Amino acid sequence: MSDIVIRAEKLSKKYRIGECDRYLALRDVLARALNAPCRIFHPRMPASGNGNHPHIWALKDVSFEVRQGEVLGIVGRNGAGKSTLLKILARVTKPTRGFAEIRGRMGSLLEVGTGFHNELTGRENVFLSGAILGMSKAEIQRKFDEIVTFAESEKFIDTPLKHYSSGMQMRLAFAVAAHLEPEILLIDEVLAVGDFQFQKKCLGKMSDVAKQGRTILFVSHNLQHAQAICGSGVLLDGGKILRQAEISRIVRDYLAMAPYSGANHRIDRGMLAFQGISNRAELDRVVPGDDLEFRLKFRSGAVPLSKVMIDFALHNDRNEYVVHSKSRLLGFHFRVPARCQFEILYVIKRPQLAPGKYTLTIYVHDHGLPLLWVDNIDACLINANPGFGIPELFDGVSSSLLPEFTIQAEGA
Amino acid sequence: MNLEPQAIGITPAVLRIAPPGGWSDLSLGELWHARELVYFFVWRDIKVRYKQTAIGAAWAVFQPLLTMAVFTLFFGRLAKMPSDGLPYPLFYYCALLPWMYFAASLQNATNVIVEQQRVITKVFFPRLVLPLSAVTSPLLDFAISFLFLVLIMVYYGVRPSLSLLLLPLFLALAILTALGVGLWLSALNAIYRDIRYVVPFLVQFWMFASPVAYPSSLVPERWRWLYGLNPMAGVIEGFRWALTSHGNPPSGLLAASTLAVLLLVASGTLYFQKMEGIVADVV
Repeated sequence: MSDIVIRAEKLSKKYRIGECDRYLALRDVLARALNAPCRIFHPRMPASGNGNHPHIWALKDVSFEVRQGEVLGIVGRNGAGKSTLLKILARVTKPTRGFAEIRGRMGSLLEVGTGFHNELTGRENVFLSGAILGMSKAEIQRKFDEIVTFAESEKFIDTPLKHYSSGMQMRLAFAVAAHLEPEILLIDEVLAVGDFQFQKKCLGKMSDVAKQGRTILFVSHNLQHAQAICGSGVLLDGGKILRQAEISRIVRDYLAMAPYSGANHRIDRGMLAFQGISNRAELDRVVPGDDLEFRLKFRSGAVPLSKVMIDFALHNDRNEYVVHSKSRLLGFHFRVPARCQFEILYVIKRPQLAPGKYTLTIYVHDHGLPLLWVDNIDACLINANPGFGIPELFDGVSSSLLPEFTIQAEGA
Repeated sequence: MNLEPQAIGITPAVLRIAPPGGWSDLSLGELWHARELVYFFVWRDIKVRYKQTAIGAAWAVFQPLLTMAVFTLFFGRLAKMPSDGLPYPLFYYCALLPWMYFAASLQNATNVIVEQQRVITKVFFPRLVLPLSAVTSPLLDFAISFLFLVLIMVYYGVRPSLSLLLLPLFLALAILTALGVGLWLSALNAIYRDIRYVVPFLVQFWMFASPVAYPSSLVPERWRWLYGLNPMAGVIEGFRWALTSHGNPPSGLLAASTLAVLLLVASGTLYFQKMEGIVADVV
């Protein structure tokens, strides 16, 4: 059919993972070149088929179609493959297998402020960022005033960007991006920036764009935003499409995904099993000032392990890292006999996390060999302090931490 | 709805996104549509550099001038190197102009992919724009130091002849050489970070393999063609000859150089294109 503007056919993307560096040192390549002299000029590193390296399929056989004018939300948990999908469609990275066909001019917005440079003024950055995002010079000139007005930064437009507050930088960056007018727009997470008022303004702008008949693919962790903008959606999990349907159905399905099944095993060599958080129930009753105590239950396989290390990361519901620790940095490692059930007690002293749902990622390795990588483990629910009781107070508060602070006026 | 063409957005009726495959990924059409972006990257390079340095454009003159003074003193006055009958300062300055452009371009091109990794991992544009702009922005310094050359020529009373008309040809050859080598270096450095440590040595060795500090007439006649495979030999001899009409037009040298440059640019483009398919996953 001719009104189909995006068609993806079995798109797949494989990434290598593990302790290995993301880029090569020439020394390794030279060593390898001794075995196969012509390989050095075939830099096929990330997708290389040799089975020595652990890999994951960030995206596996994803097929879907998007019609002209459709506003499609891509929903899924952390690591479901949403960003990878958008990156492939935006042509930032290439698929390992499969293909996609795109009809029409496409613009992508994977980050706010792409190409901004601190030394340049606001005006210069508008031109630079606009050009990098795909606008012509004439087009930027024509829209310049509109962009500056939208960003509310008329006064500072000839000041170097390094003197802007981060909020002002974001506003300007989004304003440039919002005036990109391709037929197909790919957007990732960009609404998660700026203050509440500005987020609303951005959301309004997005809806306007959608009403003009443009096709939009929108990735957001914020279900409210997705529902406000999108007509239909795709639910991704573990790199696969679970469903393509209208957005309310997708959101319902997403919310119905059992929290525990959310634990996503990205690496599992069968040498160690994660059996859950044994004190999970009490972790629903914590408030920001409490210590967080996780009892992680494991069982080892038939092989004893001699130098096990474990990394933890705690993510909030905006999917930001709030705590990240590596036992290698702490110098902590331990032995595990074969077929042994054991617990790791992980205590974070008074982290003062803002109320909300948190997920845990664990990464266990033995002598540097990855054994187990599980993310999206439903970890805890932090409640508002009794004193702060009214949930509306948090509306528009985007802080990840709620430290104890005092505020007073002096000399007033 | 706004449907006017955009700098990069122009795509064939149906754009196909597929796994990296062979040499066919090269799209010169897309590169042509992204030409404004080359301008913007060059413009940014120049702006940022002049904002960050205290004396800005004066560096463009100091660098070749100081090198010229050192060469004149050591290679000229002390080592008594022949100079094709030209005054030493002029002899060296003529060669340093294209050489400094070439050295700066290589340095720029080597780092350009790594420096722009944030942009590369977030937005698509033909990646060839990056090495292209890396070898374009040093042209400004070249132009500024060229003005100084005019002063030196007036001072020594050297009057250019019709051969001056061929200067753009030699400049084009210098740009193509820088582009060809730059393509290789930027692609290699994106994948093997060791390259950036190799480049300063490469530049130094290459200078001694080029007639910067000595005339190519020192090279025995029967080896001259081999010497000419270094395209910068043809470029530098060409610059001296075109500017001052001293020495001989480097015809044989030039033929070998042109051939070498074309090979460099073609192979560099292909290798760069191959790297482009994976660069966002590697940097």
